[in-house]
Amino acid sequence: MNLYRYASPASFYPLAGRLWPVFAVIAALLAVYGLYEGLFVAPTDFQQGEVYRIVFIHVPAAWMGMFIYLVMAFYGVLALSFNTRLSAMMMRALAPTGMLFTFLALWTGALWGKPTWGTYWIWDGRMTSTLVLFFLYVGFIALTESIDDERRADRAGALLAIVGSVNIPIIYFSVTWWNSLHQGLTFSKSGGSKMAPDMVIAMVAMVFACWAYSIAVALVRARAIIREREPAHVWNGEAA
Amino acid sequence: MNWAEFFSMGGRGAFVWGSFGVFALGIALEVLLLRMRSRRSKEAA
Repeated sequence: MNLYRYASPASFYPLAGRLWPVFAVIAALLAVYGLYEGLFVAPTDFQQGEVYRIVFIHVPAAWMGMFIYLVMAFYGVLALSFNTRLSAMMMRALAPTGMLFTFLALWTGALWGKPTWGTYWIWDGRMTSTLVLFFLYVGFIALTESIDDERRADRAGALLAIVGSVNIPIIYFSVTWWNSLHQGLTFSKSGGSKMAPDMVIAMVAMVFACWAYSIAVALVRARAIIREREPAHVWNGEAA
Repeated sequence: MNWAEFFSMGGRGAFVWGSFGVFALGIALEVLLLRMRSRRSKEAA
């Protein structure tokens, strides 16, 4: 089997149609399990009490926000260097989901900050660079949607995705580079995890739930993009 | 298990459910918008 043939929208389209329900089901099952573990099983935090449970959606959202941007930049490199149509489509299919997760990271972070730090927001490295990430997503979507020629929109978007990805390591390492109210890295090489085992299980389940969700949504959106741009490739019946 | 106690989240219920609620709302909104886009593109294709 030649995997490269799936780099063409015509063969990717039915494959994505078969795959997305699998990822959707995985996401739903993991989310149910993760929420149960996180809200009912994981113990109360000895410092923060119950409010720490926001971590089970805050960290997955923040990680997805960063990771999706890196994946977009990766597709952007492919799109620019090989001029492949599908890479650009995947790049653009991921953007709204990345923007949503980044917004949710900011929102849940603010609501977690108020009871634990006494403020919804401060302009420190972690929060400011995450806000920049959110604006990069907004800019990417605004830029690509404002250019009528799709191939030119793809190239402009790819460039923004690649250049903007320099912000990701800044977000990630901001808590070690600068003083911050924000806690340090949740998982680190030296310290391992600072959380109880049930907390780790809930966190891992929620992270993979968000992964599976993002993949499912990106596949469905990529299919919509293929229908919009290359309706000739969507043949009889398989438009489901 | 006492549900009132569960929902109060140690007195921080507004913050916890404000986070989980908006998270769920955001996911629901994305799924809804994507469905509309999917349907539109199917009708056009």
